[in-house]
Amino acid sequence: MAKVEPRRRGGVSQERLRGLYREMLLIRRFEEKVEERFRAGDLSGFLHVAIGQEAVAVGVCQALADGDVFASTHRAHGHALARGMHPNALMAELYGKLEGCSHGYGGSMHLYDVEIGFLGANAVVGGGLPAMTGAALAFKLRKEPRVAVAFFGDGATNIGTFHESLNLGQLWQLPAVYVCENNHYAESTPAEQQLPIKDLAKRAVAFGMHSMKVDGQDVEEVLRTAGRALEYARSGKGPVFLLCETYRLVGHYVGDPQVYRSKEELHELRETQDPLDHTRAKLDLSDDELASIDHEVEELVEASVEFAKAGTDPRPEDALNNIYA
Amino acid sequence: MRRDDDVFIMGEDIAEMGGSMAVTQGMLAEFGPERVRNTPISEMAIVGAGIGAAMQGMRPVVEIMYEDFTTLAMEQIVNQAAKHRYMSGGQLKVPLTIRTQGGAGWSPGAQHAQQVEAWFVHVPGLKVVFASTPSDVRGLLWSSIYDDNTVLFFEHRVLYGLKEEMPDEIEPIPLGKARIHREGEDVTVVATGRLVHEALKAAAAAEQEGVSVEVVDPRTLQPLDEETIVASVKKTSRCVVAHEAVTRMGFGAEVAAVVQHQAFDWLDAPVERVGSKFAPIPFAPVMEQFVVPHDSDVLDAIRRTVGRNGR
Repeated sequence: MAKVEPRRRGGVSQERLRGLYREMLLIRRFEEKVEERFRAGDLSGFLHVAIGQEAVAVGVCQALADGDVFASTHRAHGHALARGMHPNALMAELYGKLEGCSHGYGGSMHLYDVEIGFLGANAVVGGGLPAMTGAALAFKLRKEPRVAVAFFGDGATNIGTFHESLNLGQLWQLPAVYVCENNHYAESTPAEQQLPIKDLAKRAVAFGMHSMKVDGQDVEEVLRTAGRALEYARSGKGPVFLLCETYRLVGHYVGDPQVYRSKEELHELRETQDPLDHTRAKLDLSDDELASIDHEVEELVEASVEFAKAGTDPRPEDALNNIYA
Repeated sequence: MRRDDDVFIMGEDIAEMGGSMAVTQGMLAEFGPERVRNTPISEMAIVGAGIGAAMQGMRPVVEIMYEDFTTLAMEQIVNQAAKHRYMSGGQLKVPLTIRTQGGAGWSPGAQHAQQVEAWFVHVPGLKVVFASTPSDVRGLLWSSIYDDNTVLFFEHRVLYGLKEEMPDEIEPIPLGKARIHREGEDVTVVATGRLVHEALKAAAAAEQEGVSVEVVDPRTLQPLDEETIVASVKKTSRCVVAHEAVTRMGFGAEVAAVVQHQAFDWLDAPVERVGSKFAPIPFAPVMEQFVVPHDSDVLDAIRRTVGRNGR
């Protein structure tokens, strides 16, 4: 495989890029394993994987500083791994074990890890935006140089919490970054059936909010732009709407037959919009070196399954704990 | 707020205007606009921002102008505030207080006069307070702010005129502790909100008829002080539950269930329920007064319970 990519101006070092690639690959292999284990009948509930959207998760999360917090969506595995959650803790949660990141109380759509600033995946579309606005308010009131980040999709820009949160965040000039992952489908509904505008950045314009737009399949671009967005918010200039144009290269949920888009469309997206392909092409690595990254990541993922399977089942009556503090 | 920078308030019209019911009057002048925050008309964002600040360890008090408008924030209250602790396996706390008020008696009509406190008692993870006197408001609000859970704090519109001497020092009242307003021997009336005062009037009238009535205000609906209620019923053998919310599926139904389960052998009559008729709150004063319960309704219920015993 030919890899002729001189470092572009402002690009990251090869070493850094290798690291970003490895993080994205970890998400990809993890999600593939989740699909496999779900189909094998190991996993309960409802699973949404982030295949195709790895560059957004890695680019944004790698730009976060210690003390920053974030909220995610129903499609949260990528954000969790990208921010440093161990695959064991994530897989154990999907298996409903006490060793899971939410100790079996949450599941795929309710991942939490307060220590790394992960204040919850949210199964209600748009559900996490108000709380991140409030976390940003707390940072401002306490004069702490921290930023709160809310991930959400294009579909969420149609819900009230989105509009109320951006309005309030801008009004109060809060240190928040609202990260829109526009994968062009709200579950099965394509953009033209749910969005009256093509350019979602205009949503932010309505609030007078600073917005940035980035190719969400280019991890370097996401990292750099997210860094600028976080810096802007952290310096007290107000919130930022960060629009990441991305593609979900699989169904909405594991098992989704995707009747809403053609096989040709999906095939073309996979050929042209895979963020791993993009990054691999920029990496100055031999096939052997790439294979060795793959090997290391696959072992980690495989080990997470073993860890999860060997985990501790909660007692049924544990369901009555953690209701009140 | 004088003692703790982590406590702040936000809501619609609470700053210069001092709140639509004047509850926060003077607070802007004392604490400034950072801690007394006027908000846009955005109930989801007001509650949600409170959740986010609370997760960071602050103790926000948010005001929803009318309890009817909690409907707009229902998702944030029920799916988010109530469940973050649970879904995180105990990692998070959401020490948020949501103050709101409502109730009939001044003809605000169907969207400004409902009593919706019972809805929230049905949600694991929330605490619910309904305070009916000035000292109870003060002591319970303190405890709500310093509780590590989200508390829905209900006040009744027509009770804002009540006056009471207050000590300088705040005396916190623990959540989950009922108040016995009046001791009696024959009938226990478990009442909340405005109906506490209606029940006290009814009790005075019943006394003229030779019936001794005990009036208990649970004050906190979740957690509920079952012990005090059950002990009272075991003493009196009769029970009336009274609230302004509609009777059907109301909080009184839960109290009735608790009483029949824990004091069945002591009961001399079925538990009587007093509440609003099953209708939205109408505008025309004559219709409004017809729909909501009064002291006379409580008195009738008291008479029914003693009548059953041949009195």
